[in-house]
Amino acid sequence: MSEKTAERVANATPVHIARKIKGLSDRTIAWIFVGPTIFLLLAINIFPLIWTVNLSFTNFKANRINRAIDYVGLRNYERILTDTDVWLSMQATAHFLFWTIFFQVLIGFTLAWLINKKFKGNDLWTTIIVLPMMLSPAVVGNFWTFLYQPQIGLFNYVVAFLTGRDASSFEMLGSVDLAPWSIVIVDTWMWTPFVMLICLAGLRSIPDYIYEAAEVDRASKLRQFFTITIPMVLPFLMLAVLFRGIENFKMFDLVVQLTGGGPGSTTELASIHLKREAFEKWRTGYSSALAIILFVTVFGLASIYVKALNKVKGK
Amino acid sequence: MSDFFKGLMQFRRGPWEMVATILIALGVFMLMQPFVLWAFTYSFITTLIGTVMFIIVSHFPE
Repeated sequence: MSEKTAERVANATPVHIARKIKGLSDRTIAWIFVGPTIFLLLAINIFPLIWTVNLSFTNFKANRINRAIDYVGLRNYERILTDTDVWLSMQATAHFLFWTIFFQVLIGFTLAWLINKKFKGNDLWTTIIVLPMMLSPAVVGNFWTFLYQPQIGLFNYVVAFLTGRDASSFEMLGSVDLAPWSIVIVDTWMWTPFVMLICLAGLRSIPDYIYEAAEVDRASKLRQFFTITIPMVLPFLMLAVLFRGIENFKMFDLVVQLTGGGPGSTTELASIHLKREAFEKWRTGYSSALAIILFVTVFGLASIYVKALNKVKGK
Repeated sequence: MSDFFKGLMQFRRGPWEMVATILIALGVFMLMQPFVLWAFTYSFITTLIGTVMFIIVSHFPE
């Protein structure tokens, strides 16, 4: 903006507004703009976090607010970290985390590799594959509950058709052995497209001349795949793994809608266990300590994620 | 390998971040493993040390 234009704009400001602003330094004006955001951040994010840390050292129960609150030191943490129920919920989370990531990476990368090949209807297929990711977890959980119905569910009929078993002979959501796998299947169905998109971005970032140079050197397709494609997509793949790892560690809505943590506590993931402790047993202090443990774990994973992200950006 | 230890001694960001990352990953593994309860018991402190270390060492020079 030229000096004359700037002057004209300044003169166009109504006198009463100009008079009000007069006397405020740039720093003050900046604080006026930034202040509300900082206040909201402190009120919505930082204060509840500090409050939860404080509660985690007490025996507070949210359904008995008139009861005296005693500070119990590290006893809540000690109880959680020696509680076999929490340990089992962590193992359920680990099972869910490991297998969802394994299948999502495997299928997501394969799909990305196929989509990356130029063929007719490429864009249409990408859109179709990406559709599940756009749905709400509540919706996905609801319609997969219908698909898993042993009497009328499509899933049981497909399995029966492929294996020759009776369709109503097994129950995906009601069986102790099958329920952990049922949530893995649904999460894989929903989030594989996300991994596929990240892998696709990685595959499309590889310049063609590298493959051309490999062709000149008479490298086979298999060798090109293992020495060019995989190493160059690996940072992107790592990013997808970390991102899905963090998200699935916090998984709540989809599993609650599908199994509610059952049968028994076989699909009770850490976040569902936390919710039960906090709002069914009303052990607020104890559940605050568990929330802090989960927070530190996710925060640690997020730190690695940011580091990996910077590495990818650097490349 | 010697560069790694040299970096640690000179308080360089890269090797220290690596140590913090290993601690976090070890803590998460200890939290979720199904083998021994004592590893689960000490998982939180391991992750916490790793995370706090990561925050501190990310301010070290490159």
